[in-house]
Amino acid sequence: METTPDTSNYMIAGYIFSFIVMGFYVFSIYLRSTNLKRDAETLESMDPDKDGKK
Amino acid sequence: MQTKPLMLKILDVASIIVLAISTYLALVFAPTEAVMGDVQRVFYFHIGTAWVGLVGFVLAAGTGIAYLVTKDMKWDRLEVAAVEVSTIFFFITIVLGSIWARPAWNTWWTWDPRLTTAAVTELIYIAFFMLRQGIEDPERRARFGAVYAILGGLSAPITFMVIRLFRTIHPIVVGSGEGEKLPLTSDMRVAFFFALFAFTVIFVDLMWHRIRLGSLEEKVEQLKLKVSM
Repeated sequence: METTPDTSNYMIAGYIFSFIVMGFYVFSIYLRSTNLKRDAETLESMDPDKDGKK
Repeated sequence: MQTKPLMLKILDVASIIVLAISTYLALVFAPTEAVMGDVQRVFYFHIGTAWVGLVGFVLAAGTGIAYLVTKDMKWDRLEVAAVEVSTIFFFITIVLGSIWARPAWNTWWTWDPRLTTAAVTELIYIAFFMLRQGIEDPERRARFGAVYAILGGLSAPITFMVIRLFRTIHPIVVGSGEGEKLPLTSDMRVAFFFALFAFTVIFVDLMWHRIRLGSLEEKVEQLKLKVSM
Protein backbone atom coordinates (compact mmCIF):
# COMPACT_ATOMS: atom_id res chain seq x y z
CA MET A 1 0.00 0.00 0.00
CA GLU A 2 1.30 3.46 -0.92
CA THR A 3 1.92 5.92 1.90
CA THR A 4 1.02 9.61 1.69
CA PRO A 5 4.19 11.60 0.87
CA ASP A 6 5.44 14.21 3.33
CA THR A 7 5.03 17.44 1.38
CA SER A 8 4.39 19.68 4.39
CA ASN A 9 7.52 21.81 3.70
CA TYR A 10 6.02 22.93 0.39
CA MET A 11 2.72 23.72 2.10
CA ILE A 12 4.47 25.80 4.78
CA ALA A 13 6.50 27.63 2.12
CA GLY A 14 3.31 28.37 0.16
CA TYR A 15 1.44 29.82 3.12
CA ILE A 16 4.42 31.84 4.38
CA PHE A 17 4.87 33.27 0.89
CA SER A 18 1.15 34.19 0.62
CA PHE A 19 1.14 35.99 3.96
CA ILE A 20 4.39 37.83 3.22
CA VAL A 21 3.08 39.12 -0.14
CA MET A 22 -0.29 40.16 1.31
CA GLY A 23 1.42 41.81 4.30
CA PHE A 24 3.86 43.59 2.04
CA TYR A 25 1.01 44.91 -0.12
CA VAL A 26 -1.01 46.17 2.87
CA PHE A 27 2.13 47.88 4.20
CA SER A 28 2.81 49.47 0.79
CA ILE A 29 -0.72 50.93 0.73
CA TYR A 30 -0.18 52.32 4.25
CA LEU A 31 3.23 53.77 3.35
CA ARG A 32 2.06 55.38 0.10
CA SER A 33 -0.98 56.81 1.86
CA THR A 34 1.15 58.31 4.67
CA ASN A 35 3.59 59.87 2.18
CA LEU A 36 0.77 61.32 0.05
CA LYS A 37 -0.95 62.82 3.10
CA ARG A 38 2.32 64.51 4.05
CA ASP A 39 2.78 65.78 0.48
CA ALA A 40 -0.79 67.10 0.44
CA GLU A 41 -0.26 68.97 3.70
CA THR A 42 2.99 70.52 2.46
CA LEU A 43 1.44 71.55 -0.87
CA GLU A 44 -1.64 72.98 0.83
CA SER A 45 0.59 75.15 3.02
CA MET A 46 2.32 76.42 -0.17
CA ASP A 47 -1.00 77.05 -1.96
CA PRO A 48 -1.29 80.83 -2.70
CA ASP A 49 -5.12 80.63 -2.67
CA LYS A 50 -5.04 79.42 0.89
CA ASP A 51 -4.49 82.94 2.28
CA GLY A 52 -6.85 84.54 -0.19
CA LYS A 53 -3.94 85.76 -2.38
CA LYS A 54 -4.14 85.41 -6.16
CA MET B 1 -7.99 63.40 3.55
CA GLN B 2 -11.34 62.08 4.73
CA THR B 3 -11.39 59.91 7.81
CA LYS B 4 -11.80 56.20 7.23
CA PRO B 5 -15.52 55.29 6.83
CA LEU B 6 -17.03 53.00 9.46
CA MET B 7 -17.91 50.42 6.79
CA LEU B 8 -14.27 50.23 5.74
CA LYS B 9 -13.17 49.74 9.36
CA ILE B 10 -15.71 46.90 9.66
CA LEU B 11 -14.48 45.43 6.38
CA ASP B 12 -10.86 45.58 7.63
CA VAL B 13 -11.78 43.57 10.73
CA ALA B 14 -13.94 41.17 8.67
CA SER B 15 -11.03 40.59 6.27
CA ILE B 16 -8.68 39.61 9.09
CA ILE B 17 -11.32 37.29 10.58
CA VAL B 18 -12.20 35.53 7.30
CA LEU B 19 -8.51 35.16 6.42
CA ALA B 20 -7.87 33.52 9.82
CA ILE B 21 -10.89 31.20 9.41
CA SER B 22 -9.90 30.33 5.85
CA THR B 23 -6.35 29.49 6.98
CA TYR B 24 -7.74 27.30 9.76
CA LEU B 25 -10.08 25.48 7.38
CA ALA B 26 -7.28 24.91 4.86
CA LEU B 27 -4.58 23.83 7.31
CA VAL B 28 -6.54 22.05 10.03
CA PHE B 29 -10.16 21.35 9.10
CA ALA B 30 -9.69 19.97 5.57
CA PRO B 31 -8.37 16.40 5.44
CA THR B 32 -4.94 15.57 4.04
CA GLU B 33 -5.11 14.50 0.42
CA ALA B 34 -3.90 10.89 0.19
CA VAL B 35 -1.84 11.10 -3.03
CA MET B 36 -0.25 14.57 -2.77
CA GLY B 37 -0.08 14.99 0.99
CA ASP B 38 -0.11 18.38 2.74
CA VAL B 39 0.99 20.39 -0.30
CA GLN B 40 -2.56 20.00 -1.65
CA ARG B 41 -3.62 22.47 1.07
CA VAL B 42 -2.08 25.35 -0.89
CA PHE B 43 -4.86 24.67 -3.39
CA TYR B 44 -7.39 26.61 -1.24
CA PHE B 45 -5.39 29.84 -1.37
CA HIS B 46 -4.34 29.10 -4.95
CA ILE B 47 -7.96 29.00 -6.13
CA GLY B 48 -9.08 31.86 -3.84
CA THR B 49 -6.41 34.22 -5.14
CA ALA B 50 -6.94 33.09 -8.75
CA TRP B 51 -10.66 33.80 -8.44
CA VAL B 52 -10.25 37.39 -7.26
CA GLY B 53 -7.34 37.92 -9.64
CA LEU B 54 -9.30 37.00 -12.73
CA VAL B 55 -12.50 38.71 -11.55
CA GLY B 56 -10.49 41.88 -10.93
CA PHE B 57 -9.04 41.84 -14.45
CA VAL B 58 -12.54 41.49 -15.93
CA LEU B 59 -13.75 44.27 -13.60
CA ALA B 60 -10.89 46.48 -14.80
CA ALA B 61 -12.00 45.88 -18.41
CA GLY B 62 -15.56 46.88 -17.43
CA THR B 63 -14.38 50.06 -15.73
CA GLY B 64 -12.21 50.78 -18.79
CA ILE B 65 -15.36 50.75 -20.93
CA ALA B 66 -17.16 52.92 -18.35
CA TYR B 67 -14.32 55.46 -18.45
CA LEU B 68 -14.29 55.67 -22.25
CA VAL B 69 -18.05 56.24 -22.26
CA THR B 70 -18.29 58.76 -19.39
CA LYS B 71 -14.72 60.23 -19.18
CA ASP B 72 -15.24 60.26 -15.43
CA MET B 73 -11.93 59.81 -13.57
CA LYS B 74 -13.59 57.75 -10.83
CA TRP B 75 -13.63 54.82 -13.30
CA ASP B 76 -9.92 55.24 -13.86
CA ARG B 77 -9.27 55.05 -10.12
CA LEU B 78 -11.44 51.94 -9.89
CA GLU B 79 -9.63 50.38 -12.85
CA VAL B 80 -6.17 51.02 -11.39
CA ALA B 81 -7.29 49.62 -8.04
CA ALA B 82 -8.73 46.48 -9.66
CA VAL B 83 -5.61 45.86 -11.74
CA GLU B 84 -3.17 46.47 -8.87
CA VAL B 85 -4.95 44.27 -6.32
CA SER B 86 -5.59 41.54 -8.91
CA THR B 87 -1.96 41.54 -10.07
CA ILE B 88 -0.81 40.97 -6.48
CA PHE B 89 -3.30 38.13 -5.94
CA PHE B 90 -2.56 36.56 -9.30
CA PHE B 91 1.16 36.62 -8.52
CA ILE B 92 0.39 34.61 -5.36
CA THR B 93 -1.69 32.20 -7.50
CA ILE B 94 1.20 31.55 -9.89
CA VAL B 95 3.81 31.05 -7.16
CA LEU B 96 1.50 28.76 -5.15
CA GLY B 97 0.85 26.75 -8.31
CA SER B 98 4.58 26.41 -8.85
CA ILE B 99 5.12 25.30 -5.23
CA TRP B 100 2.36 22.69 -5.68
CA ALA B 101 3.81 21.56 -9.01
CA ARG B 102 7.24 20.70 -7.59
CA PRO B 103 6.15 17.59 -5.64
CA ALA B 104 3.09 16.87 -7.84
CA TRP B 105 4.71 17.13 -11.30
CA ASN B 106 8.36 16.94 -10.23
CA THR B 107 9.06 20.37 -11.71
CA TRP B 108 8.64 23.99 -10.60
CA TRP B 109 7.40 25.08 -14.01
CA THR B 110 6.28 23.67 -17.34
CA TRP B 111 4.96 25.48 -20.42
CA ASP B 112 1.52 23.94 -20.11
CA PRO B 113 -1.31 25.99 -21.74
CA ARG B 114 -2.74 27.07 -18.36
CA LEU B 115 0.63 28.05 -16.88
CA THR B 116 1.59 29.88 -20.04
CA THR B 117 -1.64 31.90 -20.28
CA ALA B 118 -1.44 32.69 -16.55
CA ALA B 119 2.14 33.94 -16.90
CA VAL B 120 1.22 36.01 -19.97
CA THR B 121 -1.76 37.53 -18.11
CA GLU B 122 0.45 38.52 -15.17
CA LEU B 123 3.06 40.06 -17.47
CA ILE B 124 0.35 42.01 -19.34
CA TYR B 125 -0.72 43.67 -16.10
CA ILE B 126 2.80 44.32 -14.83
CA ALA B 127 3.39 46.11 -18.15
CA PHE B 128 0.14 48.06 -17.56
CA PHE B 129 1.74 49.95 -14.66
CA MET B 130 5.09 50.42 -16.35
CA LEU B 131 3.46 51.91 -19.45
CA ARG B 132 0.97 54.05 -17.51
CA GLN B 133 3.74 55.62 -15.47
CA GLY B 134 5.34 56.94 -18.64
CA ILE B 135 2.33 59.15 -19.48
CA GLU B 136 2.22 62.58 -17.81
CA ASP B 137 -1.18 63.87 -18.91
CA PRO B 138 -3.86 62.37 -16.59
CA GLU B 139 -6.53 62.19 -19.31
CA ARG B 140 -4.23 60.52 -21.84
CA ARG B 141 -3.04 58.16 -19.12
CA ALA B 142 -6.60 57.24 -18.19
CA ARG B 143 -7.59 56.73 -21.85
CA PHE B 144 -4.55 54.54 -22.48
CA GLY B 145 -5.26 52.58 -19.27
CA ALA B 146 -8.88 52.03 -20.26
CA VAL B 147 -8.03 50.68 -23.73
CA TYR B 148 -5.22 48.53 -22.30
CA ALA B 149 -7.46 47.12 -19.53
CA ILE B 150 -10.16 46.25 -22.09
CA LEU B 151 -7.68 44.39 -24.32
CA GLY B 152 -5.85 42.86 -21.34
CA GLY B 153 -9.18 41.76 -19.89
CA LEU B 154 -9.49 39.25 -22.72
CA SER B 155 -6.63 37.27 -21.17
CA ALA B 156 -8.69 36.48 -18.04
CA PRO B 157 -11.43 34.37 -19.74
CA ILE B 158 -8.77 32.77 -21.97
CA THR B 159 -6.77 31.73 -18.88
CA PHE B 160 -9.93 30.38 -17.23
CA MET B 161 -11.11 28.46 -20.29
CA VAL B 162 -7.79 27.12 -21.59
CA ILE B 163 -7.82 23.96 -19.44
CA ARG B 164 -11.34 23.23 -20.71
CA LEU B 165 -10.42 23.66 -24.37
CA PHE B 166 -6.89 22.22 -24.70
CA ARG B 167 -5.05 19.13 -23.56
CA THR B 168 -3.34 20.08 -20.30
CA ILE B 169 -1.86 18.58 -17.17
CA HIS B 170 -3.44 21.24 -14.95
CA PRO B 171 -6.27 19.75 -12.85
CA ILE B 172 -9.87 20.95 -13.30
CA VAL B 173 -11.87 21.82 -10.21
CA VAL B 174 -14.97 23.48 -11.69
CA GLY B 175 -16.70 22.25 -14.85
CA SER B 176 -15.53 19.70 -17.39
CA GLY B 177 -12.62 19.32 -19.80
CA GLU B 178 -9.83 17.04 -20.93
CA GLY B 179 -7.65 17.68 -17.88
CA GLU B 180 -7.45 15.62 -14.71
CA LYS B 181 -10.37 16.17 -12.28
CA LEU B 182 -9.60 17.05 -8.69
CA PRO B 183 -12.02 15.11 -6.44
CA LEU B 184 -13.00 16.99 -3.25
CA THR B 185 -14.48 15.54 -0.08
CA SER B 186 -17.26 17.46 1.68
CA ASP B 187 -14.80 18.97 4.21
CA MET B 188 -12.51 20.02 1.36
CA ARG B 189 -15.48 21.70 -0.30
CA VAL B 190 -16.17 23.70 2.86
CA ALA B 191 -12.55 24.95 2.91
CA PHE B 192 -12.68 25.58 -0.84
CA PHE B 193 -15.88 27.66 -0.88
CA PHE B 194 -14.91 29.53 2.26
CA ALA B 195 -11.56 30.46 0.67
CA LEU B 196 -13.47 31.87 -2.33
CA PHE B 197 -15.66 33.90 0.03
CA ALA B 198 -12.72 35.04 2.20
CA PHE B 199 -10.64 36.26 -0.73
CA THR B 200 -13.67 38.07 -2.17
CA VAL B 201 -14.05 40.00 1.12
CA ILE B 202 -10.29 40.75 1.25
CA PHE B 203 -10.34 41.83 -2.39
CA VAL B 204 -13.19 44.31 -1.81
CA ASP B 205 -11.40 45.66 1.28
CA LEU B 206 -8.09 46.18 -0.51
CA MET B 207 -9.87 47.66 -3.54
CA TRP B 208 -11.56 50.22 -1.33
CA HIS B 209 -8.22 51.18 0.26
CA ARG B 210 -6.58 51.43 -3.17
CA ILE B 211 -9.41 53.63 -4.52
CA ARG B 212 -8.94 56.00 -1.55
CA LEU B 213 -5.22 56.05 -2.29
CA GLY B 214 -6.02 56.90 -5.93
CA SER B 215 -8.16 59.86 -4.80
CA LEU B 216 -5.28 61.08 -2.66
CA GLU B 217 -2.83 60.71 -5.56
CA GLU B 218 -5.17 62.78 -7.73
CA LYS B 219 -5.48 65.46 -5.05
CA VAL B 220 -1.68 65.72 -4.70
CA GLU B 221 -1.29 65.86 -8.49
CA GLN B 222 -3.79 68.76 -8.68
CA LEU B 223 -2.13 70.60 -5.80
CA LYS B 224 1.27 70.25 -7.49
CA LEU B 225 -0.13 71.80 -10.67
CA LYS B 226 -1.77 74.63 -8.72
CA VAL B 227 1.37 75.44 -6.72
CA SER B 228 3.64 75.33 -9.77
CA MET B 229 1.46 77.80 -11.71
